[in-house]
Amino acid sequence: MTALTKSEIAERLFEELGLNKREAKEIVELFFEEIRASLEGNEQVKLSGFGNFDLRDKSQRPGRNPKTGEEIPISARRVVTFRPGQKLKARVEEYAGTESQ
Amino acid sequence: MTKSELIEAIAARQAQLSLKDVELAVKTIIEHMSEALSGGERIEIRGFGSFSLHYREPRRGRNPKTGDTVELTGKYVPHFKPGKELRERVNLGLQAGL
Repeated sequence: MTALTKSEIAERLFEELGLNKREAKEIVELFFEEIRASLEGNEQVKLSGFGNFDLRDKSQRPGRNPKTGEEIPISARRVVTFRPGQKLKARVEEYAGTESQ
Repeated sequence: MTKSELIEAIAARQAQLSLKDVELAVKTIIEHMSEALSGGERIEIRGFGSFSLHYREPRRGRNPKTGDTVELTGKYVPHFKPGKELRERVNLGLQAGL
């Protein structure tokens, strides 16, 4: 199945809002860039109606190279998690699709 | 950062559009993404991540108030997988002591 990409999102801004193509593309870039920048600065992003991008700090833990069996620690890291909002969850739940994702 | 702060941040970084136009654009983007997911379509944004649906099997649940058993049907839930650039930049933030 096809996926929604930045170019289609920009296309809709052009068609529905009448932004010119360059503006539309720039806004779509900035939308994702500003979210990344906030998360990089350790600030969560809350988009009401859609969901929250949260940050979680994980401490170092023991790991193993699956090929050699050698023990190597997995370094401390920060990860992004997405918690969908009520409205998005409700809309998605109604999807009774048969196509597995 | 909230949606309105995101709108302000975007508006501050470009010269052509008014705050109102940026607000409309951001709402349109979010609506487009919600629409895609509720129609079972994936979203793939290079350097940011991908959104897809994960299926949850039907299960027998319990009403926490009454203790009654309820049959819960299978359903889809949104799932986000961060892309490489986002994963790396968030870790840079950690290393920078943020």
